Amino acid sequence: MFVRSHFLLAAGIVAAASALAPQPLAAQEVVKIGLIVPMTGGQASTGKQIDNAVKLYMQQHGDTVAGKKIEVILKDDATLPDNTKRLAQELIVNDKVSIIAGMGVTPSALAVAPLATQAKVPEIVMAAGTSIITERSPYIVRTSFTLAQSSTIIADWAVKNGIKKVATLTSDYAPGNDALNFFKEHFIAGGGEIVEEVKTPLANPDFAPFLQRMKDAKPDAMFVFVPAGQGGNFMKQYAERGLDKAGIKVIGPGDVTDDDLLKDMGDAVLGTVTAHIYSAAHPSAANKEFVAAYKKAYGQRPGFMAVGGYDGINLVYEALKKTGGKADGDSLIAAMKGMKWESPRGPISIDPETRDIVQDVYIRKVEKVDGELYNVEFAKFDAVKDSGKTKK
Amino acid sequence: MTIVAQGLLASMTSILTILFDGVAYGMLLFVLACGLAVTLGLMNFVNLAHGAFAMAGGYICAVLVNQHGWPFFAALPLAFVGSSLIGAALERLLYRHLYTRSHLDQVLFSIGLVFMSVAAVDYIMGSSRVFIQLPSVLEGQLDVFGVGVGRYRLMIIVICGLLTALLQLVLARTRFGSRLRAAVDDPRAASGLGINVPQVFAFTFAFGCGLAGLGGALSAEILGLDPYFPLKFMIYFLIVVTVGGSSSITGPFLASLLLGIGDVTGKYYVPKMGPFVIYTIMIVILIWRPNGLFGRTAAR
Repeated sequence: MFVRSHFLLAAGIVAAASALAPQPLAAQEVVKIGLIVPMTGGQASTGKQIDNAVKLYMQQHGDTVAGKKIEVILKDDATLPDNTKRLAQELIVNDKVSIIAGMGVTPSALAVAPLATQAKVPEIVMAAGTSIITERSPYIVRTSFTLAQSSTIIADWAVKNGIKKVATLTSDYAPGNDALNFFKEHFIAGGGEIVEEVKTPLANPDFAPFLQRMKDAKPDAMFVFVPAGQGGNFMKQYAERGLDKAGIKVIGPGDVTDDDLLKDMGDAVLGTVTAHIYSAAHPSAANKEFVAAYKKAYGQRPGFMAVGGYDGINLVYEALKKTGGKADGDSLIAAMKGMKWESPRGPISIDPETRDIVQDVYIRKVEKVDGELYNVEFAKFDAVKDSGKTKK
Repeated sequence: MTIVAQGLLASMTSILTILFDGVAYGMLLFVLACGLAVTLGLMNFVNLAHGAFAMAGGYICAVLVNQHGWPFFAALPLAFVGSSLIGAALERLLYRHLYTRSHLDQVLFSIGLVFMSVAAVDYIMGSSRVFIQLPSVLEGQLDVFGVGVGRYRLMIIVICGLLTALLQLVLARTRFGSRLRAAVDDPRAASGLGINVPQVFAFTFAFGCGLAGLGGALSAEILGLDPYFPLKFMIYFLIVVTVGGSSSITGPFLASLLLGIGDVTGKYYVPKMGPFVIYTIMIVILIWRPNGLFGRTAAR
């Protein structure tokens, strides 16, 4: 009985499927996207968020666009730029991908840049945030953010809001130095004073001595950039040392209060003011829908890395629609330049000059919303370009 | 006058705070590394996988506290017991076959074990950093005459201080301690006298692993706990043992304190040089005393 009913069911499905499908799959052209992100190692949360977001987008929008079937090939580079380069080469040569996407950290994005130029394959940067990246190849487009965007904005905000003396604590690598330099430039130009400057090693086990130095410098606020994963540890030690009670506020680019970790950081983080491009609490309809879908699919809230991935895949879809399915590098890049759309983070566009992202930057304060910690936006700077390049 | 005095007082209190943090960090290093001092120094076995046992302890504690709602202080002994059981099992199954092999074999074997443990924990627990939920008693700082004393670090100093005293007592005063010392000094003569040398070693190994597990659980708050823990801190453990020498536990203890205080004060006073201070101390000491502070030159 069971066997037969199953057989009938299966036969029915096959018949229905063949009746519904307008053309057989083999005749349809496939556009392959190589997604290289760290899925293991210290930056794994970045890769997982991007992967989740891309999968979510494809569930929502289907895997066919402009008559092409989209196929994403996921590769894990474990944050090692050598791996990223090797994987990108394999994807371009063997798998014949039309687009390389992902890039968890700056060195990975830079390692792939020469390949993108040679093979004329667009490289969509969904996470890495150093300004120079898009200058390294005419085929690089970014959908994440640059540290200059958030660091200059928080500096301008601090000067206007009575913060005169600032001590800085930044991780000693390219994005950390970008954050520090852009902040310093704007803060000092606005009349602020840097009373203490500390760079912490990237693989830093213990913040205690650095935090004690911050405390003794007695600044109005401390400017902090640590890579997304270290924010939790930093905030715990900040509270343990009583810097919150000493009246020293934390300000910085939003990496330190990443939505991914914010929930578990404890109440010491309340009142932290950051400038960033995305908050899961962004009050737009598009974002509410995005957050709800992401939570439903993965049981946690999306962070800014997820949004970078979501917008990146959206950019690919929209560009393919515009080119009518033409997937060569030059057509795609031409289509992507100047493209504007409504992202969960707010209105964004791709600067036709630099191929970098132009977006609103928000000033947010950590508050409790329905018993959970969120970055609540309270001020907005419209359509911020990456100032790291505009000076040149 | 008063301003100068105040300034002096302020710098005094911050010196004391830094010293306190350094001692806490050093104590933590000692509990993490003293098991390695025993296996490397006393049993002459190069066990680079020592950090894996520390990580095991940390994750046992994290799972018990965060997922099963155990109180932190009840989970700590379990971290010790769990790691020492894992240690004992691995000693019987794997390590014991390598006691007589060359150091290169031991290094290759134990580093392989490290990579397996990293991959296993990454697979089971995920790669993001784990925090252990602490009771509120342990959060924040106490103010002792203006000197900021972190409650958690104070607890570390108390626990580790007691442990050290206990270890020294066991090694110097008990029958087991004298058996261990005999087995280390001359295994053949010791077994001739009826001491069950393999058993003594197995027990010691397991105990060392247990201590590492306890250290791992305690360090989650300060050093951070993720699957790469054994690789990240392997260097620190080795520094403690090489600088301290391996003839007793006093050497590694003093070395841990020295490195802890050196590291913290270095990062405080010369933050640009921060990460190098610990290595500079090591190089200077090893040039001065190549066998470590308390090394035995004649024995090997």
